Amino acid sequence: MINQEVKSYFPILNQEINGHPLVYLDSAATSQKPVQVIEALSNYYKLDNSNVHRGVHTLGNRATEKYEGAREKVRKFINANSTEETIFLRGTTTAINLVAQSYGRANVDEGDEIVITYMEHHSNIIPWQQLAKERGAILKYVELEEDGTISLEQVRAAVTERTKIVSMVYVSNVLGTMNPVKEVAQIAHENGAVMVVDGAQAAPHLKIDVQQLNCDFFAFSGHKMCGPTGIGVLYGKKELLNNMEPVEFGGEMIDFVGLYDSTWKELPWKFEGGTPIIAGAVGLGAAIDFLNEIGLNEIEKHEHQMAAYAMEKMSSIEGLEIYGPADPQQRAGIVTFNLNDVHPHDVATVLDMSGIAVRAGHHCAQPLMKWLEVTATARASFYLYNGESDVDRLVEGLRSAKEYFNDVF
Amino acid sequence: MSSNNLDQLYRRVIMDHYKTPRNKGTIEDNSVNIEMNNPTCGDRIHLTLQVEDGIVKDAKFDGEGCSISMASASMMTQAVKGQEIDTALKLSGIFSDMMLGKEYDDSIDLGDIEALQGVSQFPARIKCATLAWKAMEKGVQNEEKS
Repeated sequence: MINQEVKSYFPILNQEINGHPLVYLDSAATSQKPVQVIEALSNYYKLDNSNVHRGVHTLGNRATEKYEGAREKVRKFINANSTEETIFLRGTTTAINLVAQSYGRANVDEGDEIVITYMEHHSNIIPWQQLAKERGAILKYVELEEDGTISLEQVRAAVTERTKIVSMVYVSNVLGTMNPVKEVAQIAHENGAVMVVDGAQAAPHLKIDVQQLNCDFFAFSGHKMCGPTGIGVLYGKKELLNNMEPVEFGGEMIDFVGLYDSTWKELPWKFEGGTPIIAGAVGLGAAIDFLNEIGLNEIEKHEHQMAAYAMEKMSSIEGLEIYGPADPQQRAGIVTFNLNDVHPHDVATVLDMSGIAVRAGHHCAQPLMKWLEVTATARASFYLYNGESDVDRLVEGLRSAKEYFNDVF
Repeated sequence: MSSNNLDQLYRRVIMDHYKTPRNKGTIEDNSVNIEMNNPTCGDRIHLTLQVEDGIVKDAKFDGEGCSISMASASMMTQAVKGQEIDTALKLSGIFSDMMLGKEYDDSIDLGDIEALQGVSQFPARIKCATLAWKAMEKGVQNEEKS
């Protein structure tokens, strides 16, 4: 377990909500930020703010160094070959859209297939729906096993020689399932398709090695891993990115501009049109330093332990159903559940009155909700600053919720 | 737990409408047929009305959602049934004011609806309560246009 002193780095956690100390269990939606990140953002604006890649003046150089320095941190964090392969964008959604609109439009033709799964977040569904409609392609879904995992047999059954793109979530934001994306990438490659990985829920929680996964694209967001909102990363293999057209045109991404034609900058800048997300990148760099200091392996271990503890304690509540794999080693720190007849919104409101923040709803995964045959669920998600006492508070809150709705009415 | 605050939200009459909804179902011979959902949370309501000579002769709803959204739908159908469309729309305006914590017209007897007043103290739940009313308003407007 990570020493809970780490919590003291997160000023927001030190407050009362509705008269109770806050227990924040919604990190899968967005994580909280440590002082290290808040100060990096604030210092950037206080001391170094300027536009990048253009100023001859000192501040311009400093801002450029900070921005490009953050890119090198990202490269190391995911073990990319080169910083040419790490593009700063707004987040996972923008990153997947870029792949769909640039790589997808150029490579997917009528009758070709795009393969995704039932456990995708909307951000890894709709860009492909749109692409399939536009190109006359076929969007296929890999069926899930009963426990909410993905079997390679099902992937093999779905991926064919007509498949051009396979896109899959690494860690499910609802079930917490950790998917075998490395093996799926191999199946994709055997069939001549590229492999896109939605890493939004993975990057905060496990060591990412894009070369070892051998995926072609990997997308993630800063705000789920202690960084600021509005910054994310698309990793892509250099040979693919080199052949892709930008989707946003304007300043910053151009080389020579003529009256009727222009040329693009080198990688990665040709995909970063407009003044980049400089402060966001600096904040993400600080978040990466912070996570490295604690250690991604430690964080992963901590989350398995939290999931195990939460699942054990929560299953002692009669009528509480937990979705997803039963083995905590197979999931990140995400526990999605329903409490018999009590609607998840009502559960969330009762918990909120006790200072406990959980998510309720469809978690931007409507096809998965359909597969689970529920309209909504409640979700508790844990991060490095959560400890066993948070789970105890949750369980206590859930028992009160149950009593409240069973006894009072 | 601050159950006093919770009691503001979950009045007995609300839970009664939730557990035994009034006017649940679908009117086959309808003049207003509308489905609406709350995209952020998955609540869904299917509302059918039978409107004749500017009067809501019958109102029924179906759907799924939390206690507040379903109780509010049940209360709404109860309130508009037998009313002139203008009155139904007026009630909707009053309800909206009530949810926003504004002063509202109390010259009309609101009956059970009054119990939902506590929702205004829970900003995250206001959309749950207003879903059925929004569906009614939109459905009636669509009907007037056609």
